[in-house]
Formats: sequence, structure tokens, C-alpha cells
Amino acid sequence: MPYEPVITKGIGQLDLTDVDVYRSEGGFEALERALTAMTPEHVVNEISASNLRGRGGAGFPTGRKWGFLPKDGRPRYLVCNCDEAEPGTFKDRMLLSATPFQLIEGMVLSAYAINAAKIFLYIRGEFLDGSRVFRRSLATAYERGFVGQRILGSHYSVDIAIHRGAGAYICGEETAMLESIEGKRGEPRLKPPFPAIAGLYGMPTVVNNVETLCYVPHIINRGATWFASIGPQRSPGPKIMSVSGHIQRPGNYEVPLGISAGELIELAGGLFPNRTLKAIQPGGGSSAAIFPEDLDTGIDFDSLAAKKTMLGSGGFVVMDDTTCMVRAALTLARFFETESCGQCTPCREGGQWVARLMRRLEAGEGSAPDIRVLETINQTITGTNLCPLGDSIMPFLGSVLRRYPQEFADHVAAARCPVGANAGVAVA
Amino acid sequence: MRADRERRGRELLAKYPRAQSALVPFLQFCQQQDGYVTREAIEDAAGLVGITPGQVESIASFYSLLFQHPVGTHVIQVCRTLSCMLRGSDELQRHIKARLGVGQMETTPDGMFTYEEVECLAACDRAPCLQHNLEYEYDVTPAKFDELLERWRASKPAAPLAAE
Repeated sequence: MPYEPVITKGIGQLDLTDVDVYRSEGGFEALERALTAMTPEHVVNEISASNLRGRGGAGFPTGRKWGFLPKDGRPRYLVCNCDEAEPGTFKDRMLLSATPFQLIEGMVLSAYAINAAKIFLYIRGEFLDGSRVFRRSLATAYERGFVGQRILGSHYSVDIAIHRGAGAYICGEETAMLESIEGKRGEPRLKPPFPAIAGLYGMPTVVNNVETLCYVPHIINRGATWFASIGPQRSPGPKIMSVSGHIQRPGNYEVPLGISAGELIELAGGLFPNRTLKAIQPGGGSSAAIFPEDLDTGIDFDSLAAKKTMLGSGGFVVMDDTTCMVRAALTLARFFETESCGQCTPCREGGQWVARLMRRLEAGEGSAPDIRVLETINQTITGTNLCPLGDSIMPFLGSVLRRYPQEFADHVAAARCPVGANAGVAVA
Repeated sequence: MRADRERRGRELLAKYPRAQSALVPFLQFCQQQDGYVTREAIEDAAGLVGITPGQVESIASFYSLLFQHPVGTHVIQVCRTLSCMLRGSDELQRHIKARLGVGQMETTPDGMFTYEEVECLAACDRAPCLQHNLEYEYDVTPAKFDELLERWRASKPAAPLAAE
């Protein structure tokens, strides 16, 4: 069943990098309305009433985040997080380059709502193409008066500065991102203080994800009630799910939250012929897996939390019966080993231990005690770090170890990978 | 400092409330000129933002796209994370390493190609994917890689890891 696309509307059919095309689709109407007929408080209230929850991974209510800013006269900053690097997630990269004016409108509208003095857009260093497209669009937006001085003739002025990353997954964590913009190593900060109180350059700061900000103009245009009426009450609205892995039509699917995992798989063309489902990682590389018995689970913040996993960034990776679970878990263990910033010992050392154990197991050189270490190491790694990266090492590994313990044991017993398809794969 | 660097440095300083924010963008600009972050660039950057060369090195070494050593004319970065692994990245990696005769973060003796396995490039719907001097190539089979390699050999990219 097709769903009404909102922020992905026209992508693939229209050239939305042309400002006139974006205009003819209703673009910048929300910004115009807000600047002429709504106070900033009114915009914040509308977003709060919509119950829009952050689309970057944490799912924090956007309106509430905006509401935390102290009213003390200090300059405020809006930082837009386009450092998309969560394994399996590829929606922000698409939004950045396919519909840049929507992002500009969302950023300026949100900046108006929180009365930001300046907007920083942090673009992942690898997104060279996207940042080129965006920079051109931004120049056009300045020429047309959608950003800059006295926007659309109003009294509100704000600039957008592009800051390109230089290769570091951790900079997607909001306080690491602030450090990075300040020209430092991207090491997460101790919280509190939260960015709303002391963020970029010590000033009150809001960090919002690209997808989150793209929904803002639509909520202003169509009303909080419209948005809140889609999907589950506590987890409303549409959301882009990035579907990849063993699936016939991988891609970005904008769906109402609350559809089931099975429906999403069907929407993406289903599995390959003669294959069966083995596991799904529903919310990016940091999320625990769900399994064939969970296909009725709703794809939304609360339903996935009830399954001890998360919606996260919406990176939905499908694994069929040809997948070696040890190999899959090793891939992600190595990811976190590589990407740990090194600040906190449990994440830095624990991440390396886990990856080393997994390399050993996968190579057929593991032992039963290795598996027992993997079963218990969660207690020392999780919840003992400054930021969520350390907490992301164990969820997937733990979930597949609990669901497919025999497969891990078989690697030890057979002294090699028993699954077949990946047997003998050498891993660096 | 070279005149063009000084000009770029001044532009970047004007963009941010604090000088140090200009550091990484400035190093990106220098790397585009020299191919990697040279000693000269480190010293220029330190002078520009008012920190020590040691601090610049500490910060630059944090970021994987800032190279501390010379790299090849063509930098090939292959995604090795889950979605690409599920769609044949392991085989692609083995093929490329055999074709080029290099390992992780190594450069061919002629200085043409640097090979690196990298983490998720956010193009999982077109897996396996790679970046060639930060330009995406999608659905890369070993056969497609061989075609790309011929094309790259015949081309002259402006900079190994282009800034904008």
C-alpha cells in the first residue's frame, strides 16, 4: 500500500534543486506564513503540539528541546546535524542533495522559532557531492531573500554557515559536533550542562537532525493536528526508513510510524526468492536485532523500545538465512572499535576486546570462555561512558548471541564458519 | 604563508565567532593543494588560529579524511560496514587488493592508487559502494571495478581528496 510522501514528495520525479520548482510545490509558504503571521512562541507551540520527535536517533521531542533554551539574552545557535554515518542510514544524504531548499526552509523556520543568531549546518566530510549541491542552493536562497538579512521583508535575519566534517562518526553525537565546530577533536562533552544551556561557544544551542528540520515547514503548513494524527499517538508522523541488506528494492521509504516490520519488508520488495529471514537491525548499527517472530512489531519509537531495541536513525538492515551472525556481529564490533573517540576506557578498551574476540571466533580460533566473556561484558561496557557510542557496542551482538547461541558455539566446535556462504572469509 | 592560503585563512576566520573553528576547514584547503597535511600546513594553521603546532597535530590526527602522510593520486575508499558486507563488499575488497597489490592504507609503488577500507558511507541502497576521491561509485562488482580502474588510470583528478 502506498503512503503519502511528505518530505520525500517529488524526489526522483521533480528537480527540487531548482528553487522555482520547489516554490511551485508550495515551498517557502510555511516560512512566509510564520514570518508574517506567527510569533516564534506560536511556532514552538505548534511543533510541541505535533509531538514531533527527533529523527536523528534519540527521538527526543523537538518542541521540548527548543523550550529548554534559557531566556537570558545570550546569542543562541541552531546546529543542523547532517553528519549521517550510522550504519545502514542514508536518508539525510538524500535530503541534503535532492531537496536542499526544504532543508533551508526548515532550518530558517526553526531558527526563527528559537530566535537563533546563526545557523551552522554540519555536513559529513564524505558528502562532497551533497555539500556542493547545497552550497549552490544556499547561494540562490540568499539571492531570493529566504535567508540572510530581513528575510522575506520581515524583521528576522539569520545566516547559515556550512561546516564540513573531516571524517569521524562520533561527530554525529551532538556535543562532539559542537567540539568539532569549535575546531577541536570531536570528543563528546560531559553533560550537564546540556547544549541548551551551554552549547556552541558556550551559548544556548539546539542541535537538530536534517530529517527533523525538514518536517517543520510541513507541520506549520498543515498543522500539528494533521501530523499528530499519523501513526501512534506517542510516536506520531511519517519517518524515512532506509531499507538495505538482503532485500529486493533497497531504498528510502517514507512511511507512517507504526507500520509493522513485515509491511516495511513487503514495501521494499520482499526477500530474494527462496530465502528466509534471519534477523533485522531496525534502527541503525547501534540497535539490537529483531527476528522472524517479531515481524508484527510496529516501526515506531515505543513499540521498538518495548522489544528492547530502538527506532534510532531508521536504518533498517535485513539479513536472510545466508548471513553468518558471527560475521555480521564482527562487522559492527569492528565499526565501534574503529569509531570510538578513545576518551572513555570502557568504550575504547572494551570495544577493542569485543572486536578482538569476534575476530577470533569468526576465524574459528575462539573458545567457549570467549563466548562467556561476550555474554557478560555488557555489564562493564554499557552505561559507563560519556556518550551513547559505548552503549552501542553490545546491543546487536548481544541480541544475536541470545537468539542464535548455537551459531556462535558452532564456530568454536567446527573451528571455522559453519554457515557456508561466508566460510573462510578473511577479515583484517 | 602563501598568499592564497593567507587569503583563505582570513575568509575562514571571518566566518566564525572564534578563530579555532577555522582550523579544520583551513587544513582541508591546504590538503587540497598538497595532497596531505604537510608540516608547513600544520605550522600555518597554528599561526592562523593561535594554537601550537602540537595541538594542530593532535586535532588533525582525530579526523580520518585529513591525511598525515602522502597518499596516491587516486584514493579508493571501500565501504566495509554491514549493508555493504551483506551485498558483496568482502569479495570486492579482496579483488581490489589483489588488483592493486596493496593492503589497508597502502599506496601503489607508482604513487597512483591508495586503498582504504572505510566505515558506512551512507549509500547502503546501492551496495557495495566506494568513494574515489570522495566521488561515489555504486553497485560495484569486481568487473565494474576493473572498468573504473581503466577510467581512473586515464584521468587526472585535480586533488586526491578534493575540498569543494
